[in-house]
Amino acid sequence: MEVEKISGLKFHKKQDVAIVGAGMTTFKRRLNETGRELSYMAVKQALEEAGMTLDDIEMVVMGSAPDTFDGLHMKGEYLLDGSGGSDRPYMRVFVGGGTGVFAPIAGYWHVASGLADICLVVCEEKMSSSYPHPQSAFKYIWDPILDRPLNPNLIWIFALEMRRYMHVHDIKHEDIALVSVKNKANALDHPCAQVAGKITVEDVLNSEPMALPVRRLDVSPPSDGAAALIMVAPHIARQVTDNPVWVTGVGWALDTTWWTNRDLYFPRYVAEAAKMAYRMAHITDPRKEIDVAEPYDPFDYKELHHMEGLGLAKKGEAPILTREGVTARDGDLPTCPSGGLLGVGNPIAATMGVKACELYWQLAYRAGKRQVAKEVTTGVCQAWGDLMQVGTVMVMSNKR
Amino acid sequence: MAVGKKDIECPPYAEGTPLSDEDIKSGKVTYVEDHPDIRYSWTAGQAISRFLNGLKEGKILGVKCNKCGRIMVPPRMFCELCFKPIDDWVELKDTGTVQTFSISYIDPDARPLPEPIIVAVIAIDGASPNMGIMHILDEVKPEDVYIGMKVKAVWKSEEEREGAITDIKYWKPLEG
Repeated sequence: MEVEKISGLKFHKKQDVAIVGAGMTTFKRRLNETGRELSYMAVKQALEEAGMTLDDIEMVVMGSAPDTFDGLHMKGEYLLDGSGGSDRPYMRVFVGGGTGVFAPIAGYWHVASGLADICLVVCEEKMSSSYPHPQSAFKYIWDPILDRPLNPNLIWIFALEMRRYMHVHDIKHEDIALVSVKNKANALDHPCAQVAGKITVEDVLNSEPMALPVRRLDVSPPSDGAAALIMVAPHIARQVTDNPVWVTGVGWALDTTWWTNRDLYFPRYVAEAAKMAYRMAHITDPRKEIDVAEPYDPFDYKELHHMEGLGLAKKGEAPILTREGVTARDGDLPTCPSGGLLGVGNPIAATMGVKACELYWQLAYRAGKRQVAKEVTTGVCQAWGDLMQVGTVMVMSNKR
Repeated sequence: MAVGKKDIECPPYAEGTPLSDEDIKSGKVTYVEDHPDIRYSWTAGQAISRFLNGLKEGKILGVKCNKCGRIMVPPRMFCELCFKPIDDWVELKDTGTVQTFSISYIDPDARPLPEPIIVAVIAIDGASPNMGIMHILDEVKPEDVYIGMKVKAVWKSEEEREGAITDIKYWKPLEG
């Protein structure tokens, strides 16, 4: 992808932004804890890593997906207590599945603008309250007049997009299934993983058909969980750690809800968001300059689709990189070393734990058994959501 | 402020108490159940009302923006790219091309369907390239559908039509 050098864009910030702590709960299909309790657990872990207490936190950003899953409106306000949001500036942001990276982007505004020196970002999701299956809540994403009378399932949009992507680049399902195999295996090293496992390409191709080409093992599961990040100004970072990780670029873009009016083979809005983040981070050749990537992988083909949107692969090239092992944890471009949504789980907004939090841990060399083999300086994480329309991107680096 | 933890593996521990469906059914955990009955009546708005009334007459209507030149379907009152009112209403053909498709084995609640259905994005003839709508394909075997296939709308009878997207029952392959 060609990215122009920064020119004439007004990225005036008051101060740089560092990440100094992160935390997450386990991700499971159903957890006993309430959303507040899960948020509290994630925040507590992030504070422990940063060596802070809630008194140090100046402002709080909360990210959580549709209220329909909880059957409870004003979810942001409901979750405030567990997020450490009482009696301080607090806001909730939401762009569907894109929230997991959009919430930290909002945290970045708080600190980069100079409004706060220490901002806590919390993401929570409890999908299991929608019973017996959260798919019943997902159906309310569809247009009530033009789509819902056709009895759609949300899996349809993915199936339609996956088929178009496979058709345009002549990609085989076998090559896409390798992503599921890789991510579920990577997740074996993640203590919070819901669906980690050693599976084969054949297992994916023979799994139950949902909406072909999508089969059961092409898809991440619904989950409960929470995650938290602490973002600070440089003078605070210096006080608490020798190894902060810097947020060097953020970008986001949304396309219209008229998703049947665009060619689905390429996520243009992700490319736009990436262009913005790369300009800010002074990255001109992402394939060479990005050492580790956490693209959004709710479906196996989505990791490939997003790698291409992020300029980490040419159009149609991501499956080849995967087949050649380039995206493996010991490869040249480790991709979803966390295990991603396919392996660790998909609690919509709380996937921040395997995207922004994981990228921070990788760049801070704290990912333990999941630490990628190569030396890492710069990485990118990305989320995606709504009706195939939102891309949210964050670039981080352990060098300022 | 204390100094943060160093040389640790993150996340250092995994908190949370997993439950199974069985735990809920057997009453092992305390929970409260509710089935809210919330009703809505959605007005279709200016553009989509006219589109639905067109369907009732057996026509697929689109709109044109003279600035970008796009002929759009579903119709809208303003061009979202040029951000100006649309200029014309255009009657489109009831034929089109399959842009992409899926064979769905599940219903909106993820329950298995008795017979799989074929869903597709169909680019409508007479509109700009890639201008499609989502609809159902039938009178074709799943294995015979392909991207680029020409299809034609199968309408409900005039008496049955009510001004809804389902006035088109489904789309079938266009012979020849």
